[in-house]
Amino acid sequence: MRLEYFQMIDRIAALDLAARTIAIDCTLPEQSPIFEGHFPGYPIMPGVLMIETIAQAGGWLVMAGLRFRQMAFLAKVSEAKMRSFLAPGQAIRVEATQDHDGSGYAIVSGRIRSAGKLVCEATITYRVMNFPNPALREGLLEVARRVGVPAELMQDA
Amino acid sequence: MPATTFDKVADIIAEICGIDRATITPDSHAITDLGIDSLDFLDVAFAIDKAFGIKMPLEQWTQEVNEGGVSGDTYFVLKGLCANIDKLVAAKA
Repeated sequence: MRLEYFQMIDRIAALDLAARTIAIDCTLPEQSPIFEGHFPGYPIMPGVLMIETIAQAGGWLVMAGLRFRQMAFLAKVSEAKMRSFLAPGQAIRVEATQDHDGSGYAIVSGRIRSAGKLVCEATITYRVMNFPNPALREGLLEVARRVGVPAELMQDA
Repeated sequence: MPATTFDKVADIIAEICGIDRATITPDSHAITDLGIDSLDFLDVAFAIDKAFGIKMPLEQWTQEVNEGGVSGDTYFVLKGLCANIDKLVAAKA
């Protein structure tokens, strides 16, 4: 994870489009400018970045289901709960399930666990739209390859 | 148009958008009369999809309206919206 670059996803551990689920393994960096401000002397991952992490996990799930023909933009966060802290270097698993595949929108519920303990949960609504330009799609496909999206899901993109 | 479809849709809109249920009529336009913005409309669409077990083809409808082939009233005036919901429910059966 590179928090300051919004690179929240290290590696997709499991992606099941039939079940509409994704699981992602990440490790918080030992050092990040984010921790300098949040908080001085007590570095913990900001709750908004926990939500962002869930949103990115769900976004990969939604876009993989669409074979990367469209982009999932964050539209709404609901039922967000930050149950405990995450410290630098801590390993986490992010799980997300697509609850609804609407026309032009999607809804995903997700959660972060660490050592099996529930840390954060949220429900995310995405606005699903055509990519606004080719550069965004190419950039996302490059990240998709890095985080381990199966190549066959990108063939039509 | 079965009354139940309009009643369900009007109840959904009233609850999600915080609109007085009494002001919602079959002739209300979701956007120009009721002022539902695009984000609230996503919530309304989700609730309708769930309540009726359908997937409203919002992208197709929007494209039809934008291309000028269909009036927005067809999909965004509630009696038109409800008629289209009924068609989707019937097609599913």
